[in-house]
Amino acid sequence: MNVAVAKTGGGRAVSDLFASAEGRLPGSPAVIAARREAFEAYERLGLPHRRLEEWKYTDLRALVGEVLPLAASPDAAALKRAAEAVKAHAIEGARKLVLVDGIFAADLSDVKAFAPEVSVGTLREILANEANPAAGDLLQTASTDAVISLNAAMATDGVVVSVADGAQLAAPIQIIHVATTAGASAFTRSHLRIGKATRVTVIESFVAAGKTGGYHVNDAVILWIGDDADVAHIRLMDDAPDAVNVTSQFVTVGANVKLNFFNMTTGAAVSRLQGFITLAGEGSELLANGVNLLQKTEHGDTTLVVDHAVPNCVSREIFRAVIDDRAHSVFQGRIIVRPDAQKTDGKMMTRALLLSDEAEADNKPELEIFADDVSCGHGATAGALDDSLLFYLKARGLPEKQAQALLIQAFVGEAIEQIADDGLREHVIGIAERWLERRS
Amino acid sequence: MALLEVKDLKVRVEEREILHGLTLTVNEGEVHAIMGPNGSGKSTLSHVIAGKPGYEVTDGQILFKGEDLLEMDPEERAAKGVFLAFQYPVEIPGVATMTFLRTALNAQRKARGESEYSTPDFLKKVREVSKSLNIPQDMLKRGVNVGFSGGEKKRNEVLQMALFEPSLCILDEMDSGLDIDALRIAADGVNALRSPGRAMVVITHYQRLLNYIVPDFVHVMSKGRVVKSGDKELALELEASGYTQFEDAA
Repeated sequence: MNVAVAKTGGGRAVSDLFASAEGRLPGSPAVIAARREAFEAYERLGLPHRRLEEWKYTDLRALVGEVLPLAASPDAAALKRAAEAVKAHAIEGARKLVLVDGIFAADLSDVKAFAPEVSVGTLREILANEANPAAGDLLQTASTDAVISLNAAMATDGVVVSVADGAQLAAPIQIIHVATTAGASAFTRSHLRIGKATRVTVIESFVAAGKTGGYHVNDAVILWIGDDADVAHIRLMDDAPDAVNVTSQFVTVGANVKLNFFNMTTGAAVSRLQGFITLAGEGSELLANGVNLLQKTEHGDTTLVVDHAVPNCVSREIFRAVIDDRAHSVFQGRIIVRPDAQKTDGKMMTRALLLSDEAEADNKPELEIFADDVSCGHGATAGALDDSLLFYLKARGLPEKQAQALLIQAFVGEAIEQIADDGLREHVIGIAERWLERRS
Repeated sequence: MALLEVKDLKVRVEEREILHGLTLTVNEGEVHAIMGPNGSGKSTLSHVIAGKPGYEVTDGQILFKGEDLLEMDPEERAAKGVFLAFQYPVEIPGVATMTFLRTALNAQRKARGESEYSTPDFLKKVREVSKSLNIPQDMLKRGVNVGFSGGEKKRNEVLQMALFEPSLCILDEMDSGLDIDALRIAADGVNALRSPGRAMVVITHYQRLLNYIVPDFVHVMSKGRVVKSGDKELALELEASGYTQFEDAA
């Protein structure tokens, strides 16, 4: 294996990618300079590969090969198809913010319907504002991960939402990413600032407008949560079967916050959600749960790094993967407890259910503990459906697939039941049911 | 036509023959007890009738209402009216008992080409039956058998029997793990289901259960065969003299 060749190959593709896109990327000259720096950082590394510890189980270079060119701005026909997809995936009662092929679609969004405590802008307009010297900051993160550098270089749009202190939002905010075109990449970056003592539900949905074929999504979310907030954050990734979705989330949590995060993966040929959650204020409680439902040759990776930077926080992770056919699920969970973070209580449990002999699960829980008065633990299991349970159900009249479906629902239910809102929980259960129906 | 005809049945588990040519005929409305020492093949017989995987039938046949039972999947047998009350009912966390009952009942009805039960009819029926079996409603909301006592698990089996209305009930060691009070409640539930159209095969190690569920016929199994058949007096005889005599006979 010649590393240099692979790298050069990756680098050339990106150079073309950037050169052909540069004229369409929003930003003042200063922002464009920051972008160029970001893609140079990307070029030096190329797509992540298995020799990088963080990407050991998800070798993007092997799985994806090259990055597809930047998607064109959606035309009227694309927006029309996107509208259908939005209709199908809208959560009842939610206020929608829609991004189509990486561009904010005002006409499909409910900007005017938002409560007065919510301000909504777009990344594009902020980056393009030459009078704003700090605009380029929106493209900065602390990460050196190549896919995040690539996102900074290429991000065409995203939503920038701010919820005022004290706001109690009855309606969830739903950000819907719609892909309409095969053979193209969408790069989005959103900033969500949730004020102190608020109550907010944020839902993110990734969907395709009909049978699109393969496309790439590279999304980044920077979420900041103020003290005493109560936040539910649900991400539903149901991209097209040939799609690639790589999403990076940076979450900073204040003091006495309750954050209930849930991710569901039911789509995309290759996907990775990498979440970097920092508990930066004392007394906060984090639930970070997820379900991967994978079939055929799908590869789904959930990587969560929970950083206890301060004392007295609780984190709980419950992750479930159901893997059929030749699919491959990856769960990497790392809990970091910083030297000052005494009285940390952090636990994660990951379980994989293998439905075929060729299904594969990699579970990698890690604890990095630098404080001495903590309670942390993790567990990981992988196995098949229990034959004695299957026989019991069949002996009561359930056909094999139906018996399996009931047991699979129970298996993922342990994670799904952590969703507090009845309606959203039922919605997610419905997604799992439809996945099971597709299977049989 | 007999309801159940087991003819010269030979069964192996992992190369070892457990049943060596077992014959048994059960007609509608009859209650048969099958008694025998541990390892005589009683539970194997019940598992093979229900269709549990892992058993290889090398010879003989099982006819149910004249049809070849061994050709059917377990769920088909259930839909045709075969019910096995498990010796050790499994716990299924995350599947609410009520959901399980409705799913199973409707799956059986669907397989028979019948319409699904409406929710109110179903609930009414479950309430009636569970009340008579002293099963509290909150138990039905819990995962199937999760955290149930031994007696509750067995009552849950009887509840299913009452709901599914099978024509053949096989009770595998129903008395194992039950105290006298729990046994009486479960047995009362079973007795209430005795009817001219329904047969029962009661598998038990001890005569005790047969004081509560009184059989029409008693068969003694030893080493994979029925070695003696008689009426309920045979069970009493066994209680007095033990199984040793039959082990020699086999």
